[in-house]
Amino acid sequence: MSSNNHEASADHSHDTVGPAARKRLWRVFWLLLGITLFEVGIAFSSIPHDWLIKLFIALTIVKAYYIVFYFMHMKHETTSLAWTLLLPLALLIYFVFMMMNEGNALNWARTIFDMAV
Amino acid sequence: MSSSVSSVSSEEAIVRDKKNMWGGGQSPYGVSWGKLYMWIFLLSDAFTFSGLLIAYGTMRHSHADVWPAANSVFHHFPFIEKEMPLAYVGLMTFILIMSSVTMVLAVEAGHRNSKKEAGIWMILTIIGGFMFLGSQAWEWYHFITGTEHGRVLADGTVFHGANMVMNEYGTTPLFGDFFFFITGFHGFHVFSGVCINIMIFFNVINGVYEKRGHYEQVEKAGLYWHFVDLVWVFVFTFFYLV
Repeated sequence: MSSNNHEASADHSHDTVGPAARKRLWRVFWLLLGITLFEVGIAFSSIPHDWLIKLFIALTIVKAYYIVFYFMHMKHETTSLAWTLLLPLALLIYFVFMMMNEGNALNWARTIFDMAV
Repeated sequence: MSSSVSSVSSEEAIVRDKKNMWGGGQSPYGVSWGKLYMWIFLLSDAFTFSGLLIAYGTMRHSHADVWPAANSVFHHFPFIEKEMPLAYVGLMTFILIMSSVTMVLAVEAGHRNSKKEAGIWMILTIIGGFMFLGSQAWEWYHFITGTEHGRVLADGTVFHGANMVMNEYGTTPLFGDFFFFITGFHGFHVFSGVCINIMIFFNVINGVYEKRGHYEQVEKAGLYWHFVDLVWVFVFTFFYLV
């Protein structure tokens, strides 16, 4: 997460302003574009579907990291702000697994037990 | 040189005593209240979109046997007869990432108090936003009108395209419903983002922020705009790729 940021906003200007910062932003852009093209490319490859899904989710999280930390400058915010905003999202992990299970159960009820759900 | 950079927050964060961070008399987050509000709003919005996408995932799992493959639905490309799965949404993603980078460059120009550069990058961001909205309108048009062959129903009639209760792509209306709701909700975010960006653009060229001494408003609009891009990254993966 955001490293030793005790100087916080008073001192981060040279990280987000100037030719070096602009160059870094364009690098992030090419990276995001590259990952997207790669995703479209492997969508039609012979990689097994299960692995493809895992790979897509991992690449999506990588893209999200670069958008939040570089485009939204979270890298340059204080550590406490970053944790405050990121920690609540951990609840979603539980929610996702719970609801995917629920979806599978509904599918069973519908296809195997012929219930109207 | 950087004295005017986010002046509100730097004023608040003159001394940051790490040991006594929450003891009062200093800003633990080191940001202005406006930026903090924007961050917290975006967190709540992230939960809204997560709710939508998780509901979509649940329903898709529960109808896994009849859910249409996105590749077979979204394969149109303007002026090209041939089927090109994923190419068009790939292009839309490119447009949105491009307008994200122009936005962050407007923020960077604002940090340097460069009115002209910030204005140019803002107008490019707005153009990108309109291009994305146009692309989405085209996508919706093709989804709603459907294909020539359509789907033959039990009574022999042919159904073309999609509405809220039926679509030609599969036997469940949920596919169309979630498409309309999720891409529509995202598109509405893009639309409000474009409106906000237009207001910010006029403030920039009228010298409102120059007079104020800082361009923090551009930063806040930027946070919103990048969030819209972030949501699209997830919609792209879960609606079109997976």
